[in-house]
Amino acid sequence: MGENNIVVSYLPLIVMVAVGFVFGLSNVFLAEILGSRRNKTNVKLDTYECGMEPVKTARERFSVKFYLVAMLFIVFDIEIVFMYPWAVKFRELGEIGLVAMLLFMALLFAGFVYVYKKGALTWD
Amino acid sequence: MSPIAVEVIIFLIKAVLIINGLLMSAAYLVYFERKISAWAQNRIGPNRVGPLGLFQSFADVFKLYFKEDVVPKLADKRFHLIAPVISIGIAIGVYAVIPFGDSFTVNIGGAATKIWLAVTPHVNVGILFILAMTSLGVYGITLAGWSSNNKYSLLGGLRSAAQMISYELSMGLALISVLMMAGSLDLTEIVHKQAGGSWNVFFQPLAFIIFLTASFAETNRTPFDLPEAEPELVGGYHTEYSSMKFGLFFLAEYINMVTACAIMVILFFGGWNAPFLYEALALPEGSPLLALTQFGVMAAKMIPFLFFFIWVRWSVPRFRYDQLMSLGWKVMLPLALANIAITGVVMVILKHFGIIS
Repeated sequence: MGENNIVVSYLPLIVMVAVGFVFGLSNVFLAEILGSRRNKTNVKLDTYECGMEPVKTARERFSVKFYLVAMLFIVFDIEIVFMYPWAVKFRELGEIGLVAMLLFMALLFAGFVYVYKKGALTWD
Repeated sequence: MSPIAVEVIIFLIKAVLIINGLLMSAAYLVYFERKISAWAQNRIGPNRVGPLGLFQSFADVFKLYFKEDVVPKLADKRFHLIAPVISIGIAIGVYAVIPFGDSFTVNIGGAATKIWLAVTPHVNVGILFILAMTSLGVYGITLAGWSSNNKYSLLGGLRSAAQMISYELSMGLALISVLMMAGSLDLTEIVHKQAGGSWNVFFQPLAFIIFLTASFAETNRTPFDLPEAEPELVGGYHTEYSSMKFGLFFLAEYINMVTACAIMVILFFGGWNAPFLYEALALPEGSPLLALTQFGVMAAKMIPFLFFFIWVRWSVPRFRYDQLMSLGWKVMLPLALANIAITGVVMVILKHFGIIS
């Protein structure tokens, strides 16, 4: 029991994900075996660009906005995950827990307002 | 038989049942989507394969198997292969924690064994696991977009990544208010807390609406299907996919839809709770028939949501990308934060007056 029990009870989680991956891989290989293998010409294997000849590759620079969103996501997501244990124990914590979390949320919101005012959330 | 062997066999049976159930539900979801879209557009829809076209999806699957798998020469072969596998693996993996009912007791080798209608019953990280898995789902789509080495795919993948992570914030925040009421991350426990008609949707309507909107964005469905907006991006992240690799993305999308509906039913609509039904049937605790009824109730509750997903797709136009992002960050995020604050204050006041414990 104890530690061993925890490992046993969580094991199906990992195994289920593994089963999903095995299912996906086996389907890909099954299609590879069953699928037609006609002569793959150079044109057929070209990158699709609406029938035009491809212009350069897609390994180009793209908008920095996507990085910005990803960084903001990490900041906010960590703070949200931090709220989960509090939410589960909220009934036991009572008023003190509420005040503490309202303070934390005010700080979070201040950060949000800063990001908003800086224009990081505006796409143009 | 040793208890471990029994556990392993039960797990295998559950895994096989879930994968087959998911495949069947995805196949018929595709069929219903095509029928409903036909109905919405005054067409007939699939009606050739089998009676009423009921076998159309299976014909499609066979077709996908026999199609040629074209991998563009400039693509990164390894990631191009692994991306759809990640998508489907994650989509199936989520079902490790989703319960479809309580337990029933059967006699295996002289010992009464309790079998739960979930792969991992009573795991107390249920919701966290679901959130983690949906986060990982972004990898499949982003890698597909990047590895194809196609500009449309890249844009689709990037859009999808930004959209999914943005809406995940609102989704996570909307769940917190539910957790505050339930006091547990265990999905079975959350369902039990809603017994007797005290469904969370009545107490947390705002959280439900936020969660519903976010799940549309998380599953890349219209009106938030910008990652595969066909007038701009051809096919989005799966432009360069063919054969069963494309099929796996398609399957993952529909399985994710079923997942979203199951989570909504569990968290907001009382899971397999139903007023008067169980009292009227009066089935004994632990009988397989009771478990089957619970599964039926859960499935019956999921169908209206699935219909809603399809209905919205064929009635609402697509958002513009800046509108989508500003809705997620500027409207839903503050709303979800406010919802938590309100829930907390109201709960403390109610507790002060002794209305709730």
